[in-house]
Amino acid sequence: MTSDATVPAASPDPVRFLQADGTFAPTPAAERYAPLVDALGDTELEGFYRDMAVIRAFDVQATNLQRQGQLALWPPSYGQEAAQVGSARAARPQDHLFPSYREHVVTRIRGVDPLDIIRLMRGLTHGGWNPFDPKNGNTHIYTLVLGAQTLHATGFGMGLVFDGRCGTGDPERDEAVIVYYGDGASSQGDVHEAMVFAASYRTPEVFFLQNNQWAISVPVETQSRTPLHLRGAGYGMPSIAVDGNDVLASWAVTRVALDEARAGDGPRAIEAMTYRLGAHTTSDDPTKYRTADEEESWRRRDPIARMKAYLLARGASEAFFADVDAEAAAVADDVRTRTNELGGLEPDAMFAHVYSEEHPLVEEQRRWLADYEASFEGGAA
Amino acid sequence: MTAQSTPTGTAADATPAVQSMPFSRAINAGLRAALAASDRVLLMGEDIGRLGGVFRVTEGLQAEFGDRRVLDSPLAESGLVGTAIGLAMAGFRPVVEIQFDGFVFPAFDQITTQLAKLTNRHEGALQMPVVIRIPYGGHIGAVEHHQESPEAYFTHTPGLRVVSPSTPNDGYWMIQDAIASPDPVIFLEPKSKYWQKGEVDTSARALPLHASRIVRRGTDVTLVGHGAMVTTMLQAAVLAEAEGTSVEVVDLRSLSPIDYGPILDSVRRTGRMVYAQEAPGFTSLGSEVAATVMEKAFYALEAPVLRVSGFDVPFPAAKLEGVYLPDADRILEAVDRALAY
Repeated sequence: MTSDATVPAASPDPVRFLQADGTFAPTPAAERYAPLVDALGDTELEGFYRDMAVIRAFDVQATNLQRQGQLALWPPSYGQEAAQVGSARAARPQDHLFPSYREHVVTRIRGVDPLDIIRLMRGLTHGGWNPFDPKNGNTHIYTLVLGAQTLHATGFGMGLVFDGRCGTGDPERDEAVIVYYGDGASSQGDVHEAMVFAASYRTPEVFFLQNNQWAISVPVETQSRTPLHLRGAGYGMPSIAVDGNDVLASWAVTRVALDEARAGDGPRAIEAMTYRLGAHTTSDDPTKYRTADEEESWRRRDPIARMKAYLLARGASEAFFADVDAEAAAVADDVRTRTNELGGLEPDAMFAHVYSEEHPLVEEQRRWLADYEASFEGGAA
Repeated sequence: MTAQSTPTGTAADATPAVQSMPFSRAINAGLRAALAASDRVLLMGEDIGRLGGVFRVTEGLQAEFGDRRVLDSPLAESGLVGTAIGLAMAGFRPVVEIQFDGFVFPAFDQITTQLAKLTNRHEGALQMPVVIRIPYGGHIGAVEHHQESPEAYFTHTPGLRVVSPSTPNDGYWMIQDAIASPDPVIFLEPKSKYWQKGEVDTSARALPLHASRIVRRGTDVTLVGHGAMVTTMLQAAVLAEAEGTSVEVVDLRSLSPIDYGPILDSVRRTGRMVYAQEAPGFTSLGSEVAATVMEKAFYALEAPVLRVSGFDVPFPAAKLEGVYLPDADRILEAVDRALAY
């Protein structure tokens, strides 16, 4: 007996406004979101495009910097720009974002300096920025242990509930949490436990799954025999499938989910179907596990080309696209320049901040290293 | 110091400052004082609310402070610690109860890769005032996973503080000091001591959180250990005295960092040291203390530092726990070996 009969089929109809060629053709599932999208003006629409194009240029620059030996590693966001721009632009200023480690688009939109991510990947820090500094838009630092951040986001959301920082009915004030994870991380127990706690405490939280089809070399079918967005129902959590390469759909779905969550309706799950057009990281070789045909089929669904076609059809000017290209080039150049100016680390940096209060063993070792280093001064070594 | 470090307690003025109470009630009183002192303090755990915990350490606290301060959580240890981290990010001071020592391991990833490292990862921009309470150790005849001593996993992890009170007075004060700490604290409660009574002075703390303490004076050999083993060491000291050997006993109290002052002071006077612990000996806390004492007090030693520990086997089925766990006789055997040098 095959069990396939019991496996629910993927939703044939994710929320989508833009077809791959940029045609505006909302799916039936998109209808409830249509008024939101219809209300978007040129400024917002062109802003979405600008976000995606500029960060892709940064992402390509960072990959090049790694190839040139300037970075230890780079995990490209290439191809996932629409899911990230849409969701990050949907968040309100008071919201709290918990990324995984590929959310370069999300972090920049919230105000994080891309150079802070460069410093992380260059081996200068394990973090990079202060989530509690207002300039970083409540964006938490990257988490490299897959799925671990989903529990932190849920705990943070519990804190919002306990402190009455959500559920008052004022969307301009009520706070919400959005946490990013991927199809690989969806198999982690922490994601399950986070959803259990979130549902139990009705956290104002959106679980934003970017299904980019591959967990390094393992296809999503190995993670789940059922479409991932169907899992939400098992937790009693509304769960929406969206075309993650459509920035309009990604924005609208996340906007509604966050506003419902902040209003006190409980957590939501979103599965954004997208594709990692680049490698998992610069250490990866996708030709070992996926075909050129598959990659090409997703290139035809490129989120940036799709949005450009849509904007052109709406009458966006060539001057606009030229301006975006110029900004993208400037951002990429700026990152290269500043990367090359980055200094190193003092040896005793590792001893700072192991604890908030002094720990005698750490302090003893810090002093020992200083004495040891000093013993070589004057040419003893 | 933060407000939580100077709790006022909830006892009525008429309550005497010094009371005799069991270890579990002392921790309960300390938790109550911390909950009363700051509304940022939260207790989280499995069965800690309505039931008051399987050992009743949190008994009555949910009724007193409400289910938003004392949370009966879903049954998931990684979830408990992971959400406690998120709550700390949101400004709370969570105190997590792990029901039994052997059930901490589902949370091991969150404790070691996240909780221990988040302050470091944030370069000091984030404090992690999370306490993980773990009833630990044997002597209760329980099934597997309910009698273990996992302290070395945590002392080996930079970023964690690890403490273990052995008396009601220490239980009362150390839980409050652990909650007041800006760093994560693994708070190991020797569960076999829960029912042992002792005097608790609620008017003033005797020692800081990370101090070790000489609990019995002696001149011939120094015994060092923590948790329930302190009681066993004191029993050994009484037996030794009858045989004419004067034994000094040091309660480690803090397992990371270790306060070597009283230990080295003692060893320099006695010239001999035995470390006693329930945990397996290989790469254990006793190994660490022994190595450090030999480095720092080598010329004072008349004999090698010896270790008495559980055997390097899984904690055995309960009918053998009396064989597995060091008792006063096993400690005295080591004392005799130390004295024979």
